[in-house]
Amino acid sequence: MDLVFVIIVEMLYAVASLVLISAGLAIVFGMMKIINLAHGEFMMMGGYATITAVKLGVNIFIAMLIITPLVVGLIGLVVERLVIRHLYGRLVATMLATWGLSLFFIGLATMIFGNTTTGISTPISGFTVGNYQVNGYNFFIILVAILLLGLMYAVLKGTRLGLIARGAMQRPDMAAALGYSPERIYMATFFCGAALSGLAGAILAPLVGLVPTSGGAYIAKAFITVIAGGPSLITGLMVSSGLFGFISQIFTFAVSPVIGEVALLLAAVVLLRLLPQGVTGKFFRGRM
Amino acid sequence: MSINRRHFLATAAAASGALMLPRAVMAADTIKLGSILDVSGIFDAYGKSMDMAMRLAVDQINAGGGLLGKQVEVVAYDTQSDMALYSQYGQQLVREDKVDVVHGGILSASREAIRQIMHKNKTLYFYNVLYEGGVCDRNIFINGVTPAQQAEALVPYAMGKSGKKVYIVAADYNYGQITARWLQKFVADNGGETVGVDFFPLDVSDFGSTIAKIQTAGPDLVIAPLVGGAHLSFFRQWAAAGMKDRIALASTTLGVGNEHKVLTAEEGNGIMVAYNYSQELDTAENTAFKAAWAAAYGDSNSIHELAVSNYHGALTWAEGVRLAGSLERDAVVAALETGVSITGPGGKVTVDPKTHHAVLDVHLMEFENQGMRVVETLPQRQPIDTQSVCDLGANPGDNTQYEIQI
Repeated sequence: MDLVFVIIVEMLYAVASLVLISAGLAIVFGMMKIINLAHGEFMMMGGYATITAVKLGVNIFIAMLIITPLVVGLIGLVVERLVIRHLYGRLVATMLATWGLSLFFIGLATMIFGNTTTGISTPISGFTVGNYQVNGYNFFIILVAILLLGLMYAVLKGTRLGLIARGAMQRPDMAAALGYSPERIYMATFFCGAALSGLAGAILAPLVGLVPTSGGAYIAKAFITVIAGGPSLITGLMVSSGLFGFISQIFTFAVSPVIGEVALLLAAVVLLRLLPQGVTGKFFRGRM
Repeated sequence: MSINRRHFLATAAAASGALMLPRAVMAADTIKLGSILDVSGIFDAYGKSMDMAMRLAVDQINAGGGLLGKQVEVVAYDTQSDMALYSQYGQQLVREDKVDVVHGGILSASREAIRQIMHKNKTLYFYNVLYEGGVCDRNIFINGVTPAQQAEALVPYAMGKSGKKVYIVAADYNYGQITARWLQKFVADNGGETVGVDFFPLDVSDFGSTIAKIQTAGPDLVIAPLVGGAHLSFFRQWAAAGMKDRIALASTTLGVGNEHKVLTAEEGNGIMVAYNYSQELDTAENTAFKAAWAAAYGDSNSIHELAVSNYHGALTWAEGVRLAGSLERDAVVAALETGVSITGPGGKVTVDPKTHHAVLDVHLMEFENQGMRVVETLPQRQPIDTQSVCDLGANPGDNTQYEIQI
């Protein structure tokens, strides 16, 4: 019984970390159609922002949840103004430009922080479930992922801003005709996407050893999750994260962590062969 | 101006001859020691201090009048934790720089990448790192600890303090794979049982499910030959899950890159290890070494096992050159094969002529407040694992890494 609980927690944790890793990309790629190959580097910068803030004596939760998203969001804003805004609607061009950006950010981080591993300890201690010990930080990650999905849903579905953003993504000309500036909406949306990527990097920072090239580890998973999710932003994110997290953890427990990763990739290949438009291209159509 | 073939060849020959001239003159002035290490990237915790140790050793040799009346010059390359760069810089050291000896390589994969280059080009090679054993090659000298020296001591000690059921989590490349087999053998030899073995690629940093899986198997002891910065997460997450007080933990690698200073005291305390060196060793050589290091680099905190091995390597090579009275490879090898001994910060280190490995002291230690407290010292241990498969005296042409049958 305890084991079942532990496995469920680990599974939810895997799903939650996929949600976190992919949320920023879901907005930038899913909504704005920008192939952001620098997504992993935004996460990496989020990790460094958190570690730097914590080392400067800031409370770790404030550093992770407030400072880091703001810092990375602002970097995203600069990037949007300088590079991305010239490339809207040009899918391949965004891919090349953001790939260049990712190399630039890796170089920058190496110059500032050195090509060396840094990290901080997790702020939450473990606790006991029957005969098992569970990492308390897992629950924090699960909680943040749930809150994040809730917040995204509330903003996009429930507020006027969300409505305008969604409208501008679908028909920028109509949005402009109604008196909204698509340019500013794009800018704000990219800021949110970058901030969410930074948040993900921040939340995962205490679990890993961070190096300037850390972003590379996330980029493939994030794209797979977002693409397999399909056109519906939040439903797609939930469904594909749930599916891939579940599959990879089953194989991780049954065989080994390496096979778990392999199973995730295989599942993605099979899924996209059967549902080229992603899960929400066929099921749950019209949902958020 | 028209150039015919003959003219071109003549010019080219003259030009290349002129280019070679200063090089030949320079080579007579100094002795070139090639160093090839990961001074940046995910293995820099190992490489940075190794590089510092090598430079310290060379400075000390030069301050003492150099070797054969010449100064020693370090030619160093940073391989940036990228295995592909090893063969590139290895070639450069032997072909371009024409060094007299090469020290370096950290991971076993990097050693195997350059060992053959050195062998083919007849350039003497020193590998100064704890590793899985079994390399049999007359061109290489190794003074790191091997599994028989380390695991044979560590396993019974750790099992004695915990229990008979052991779980192994290891790095997924030749070091981890081979060390895991040795650990299983020593666990069985001591009447224990290995209840699980898991391997992790070097970039894996999420161990949550593994920690749950280990608990399912319910071992008394976990032994972790994990390698590099990403794998350090295992020890963090182990502590974060509160496992530290429930299942004992031992490692064959943790601490060789001063990881015990990166982990907090709460995360590290009680982890059992066995190495040749600890900063806490109370010997005259170690005190002097720490003082010299502090004088060169500000403080002595960055010294670790692999740095000391690298330092031993430089001293051993220098001793061989002095004894041979020559830089010529075969003469130095013959001199070293007389069983040269040096006494360094890690105690007495003797070349084993049969295997070109080292006979050295091994200390059983426990992490305590970010230090390594020496619990017990096992003096002058032979590399019996490699000795069982390798005899360079009888078979000097050997050039293999044996996978020792267990």
